[in-house]
Amino acid sequence: MPSGQFKTGYSEDIKIFQTLWTKLWLLAFVVFLLVMPLFADKYTIYMSNLVGIAVIGVLGLNILSGYTGQISLGHSAFLALGAYCLTLLTLKLNVPFWLALPLSGCFSALCGLLLALPCLRLRGLYLAIATFAFYFIVEYVITHWDSLTNGTSGLTVPEPTLFGLAMDSDLKLYYLIIAIAALSMIFAKNLFRSEAGRAFIAIRDNDIAAEVIGIHVTKYKILAFMTCSFYAGIAGGLYAVTLSFIGPEHFTFLMTIEYLAMGLVGGIGTIAGTVFGALFITALPEAIRFLRDWLGNDFPFLVSRMADLQSSIYGLVIIIFLIFEPSGLFGIWLRIKKYWLAWPYSYNK
Amino acid sequence: MDNIELTILSQLVVSGIIAGSIYGLIALGFVVIYKATKVVNFAQGEIMMLGAYFCYYLVVTHQIPFLAAFAITLVFSALLGIVTEFLVLRPMVGEPTFSVIMITVGLGTLLRSAVGFIWGHDNLALPPPWGDATWDIGIMAVSPAEVYTVVATFFLLGMLWAFFKYSKMGLATRATAFDQRWSFLMGINVHKVFSLAWALASVVAAVGGVFLAFMGGLEPNMGFIGMKVFPAVVLGGIESIGGAILGGLVIGLCESLAGGYLSEWFGSGVKELSAFLVLLLVLMFKPYGLFGKEEIIRV
Repeated sequence: MPSGQFKTGYSEDIKIFQTLWTKLWLLAFVVFLLVMPLFADKYTIYMSNLVGIAVIGVLGLNILSGYTGQISLGHSAFLALGAYCLTLLTLKLNVPFWLALPLSGCFSALCGLLLALPCLRLRGLYLAIATFAFYFIVEYVITHWDSLTNGTSGLTVPEPTLFGLAMDSDLKLYYLIIAIAALSMIFAKNLFRSEAGRAFIAIRDNDIAAEVIGIHVTKYKILAFMTCSFYAGIAGGLYAVTLSFIGPEHFTFLMTIEYLAMGLVGGIGTIAGTVFGALFITALPEAIRFLRDWLGNDFPFLVSRMADLQSSIYGLVIIIFLIFEPSGLFGIWLRIKKYWLAWPYSYNK
Repeated sequence: MDNIELTILSQLVVSGIIAGSIYGLIALGFVVIYKATKVVNFAQGEIMMLGAYFCYYLVVTHQIPFLAAFAITLVFSALLGIVTEFLVLRPMVGEPTFSVIMITVGLGTLLRSAVGFIWGHDNLALPPPWGDATWDIGIMAVSPAEVYTVVATFFLLGMLWAFFKYSKMGLATRATAFDQRWSFLMGINVHKVFSLAWALASVVAAVGGVFLAFMGGLEPNMGFIGMKVFPAVVLGGIESIGGAILGGLVIGLCESLAGGYLSEWFGSGVKELSAFLVLLLVLMFKPYGLFGKEEIIRV
């Protein structure tokens, strides 16, 4: 038996499912996802919807930051653009939901293109600041364009109907969201087997070298920005439908941090890690809440300061993962797998 | 232009200079850290805020006289800077820029929520030791805090300039900024330089934070002013101490004038927005800022 996984050809290297076990585990996971709502309560389904949306959004961020190496502090702006676009299209123009959702993705992608233009020549700090400036501008427009977005009072999202079927419960949305999340994952996975995805990775690793070997850096950077914002737009649209009410307070800078934390915790630059990260960060407040209920009687101030506790833990998680485990949960998982593959003659670096 | 308009204009200019000095102070700390360690510190605003809250804690909760409390705050901030550098930034030496930026963003989030957790979200007031008196400077009344802010800014600018130019440690810092590896080989204690830079930057930030608290009170989101300093830094050039102050003043003036003349048409937020619009425009044409040094990258 081989003490590891050895690839003898390029076609093996780019296979989506590396081993039979991957396929089986994935199948088991899909079955679990389909059956889970039968046993879960309403709240769990609602939280699962949020995880699914986060997976889509973080995939987008991962394509831009993890694979193309372009840091972005404006991710929540794209989610906001998608959410508002979907809401306004269905509310004011009566566009059907199946059309409005892709349209909101496209609108967000268009804004991504707009942001990409000043960002093409920027790197590191300057890029981070420019994307933050973009977030600030979007937030300003949403808060101040009262006649369109209703300002700080927010908008009620009309109930979506999909081909005559009313999406009136979290359960129905759940199936829609996991279907879209699965599609997004398949697309992302395949993207990085294609020329465009390889070009993204080359730009991340060294953009000048990439240009020298003939990659059109401008084109692929713009493409990465647009893909990222398309994903975020779709995630934002679904977020609006799930919350059924949106306002500027749903798309704060903290949301960007949350998404970045998900990407980092899962493992930046991995597709499967996205799911780990989204699950971990969404489940974290639940764990804190559990802890709070447990300790709440002794420390009543914990209850009133819940939001701060939560965001401080986001910050702490980012710091701890960056220092101790930069490859994220996915990296830990890979290491455990490697350890057992070669057991008992394994060594850990 | 008649007399009233002239008065309004000069009032806007004065308040722009005052706000710009605060921006300049925070930008100053930012530049000191970047110069010495090449770390882009997104938590500068939060370090400023923590200094202000600590001073509040000493003055209001423990009734310590202001000057003593201020001195303790400065020492505390210096220690905070050193500890932060040691615990958070030192493990990141040699990591990609992306990770370093992210870790300071994480640090900022942590500090901001920790302050909210401890002191709550209400606006707290730090009573100025000189009472409520205001000084009339001809066109408008200014509070002593505002005057002291401008004075402190230029004082610290001079001190830092002299430090970098004349002291041995300043020379070591400049050498480290020029080339970390070679300075290390020439016997410069690079770790000490890093600690010193963080201590200096935190002290400068704390001074800014305390003066800001006199003018607008304390609340956990005041750290976001650190984000608004970035336009100033980009304008002034990230390597230049004088440029940081100049950039701060330009952004302060720009915001003040936009707030005065454009609010009628675009609503109240246009004041903050103007700085970021200027920033995006500048970056579109000059990717390294107005006075920034263009990096030459070798593959």
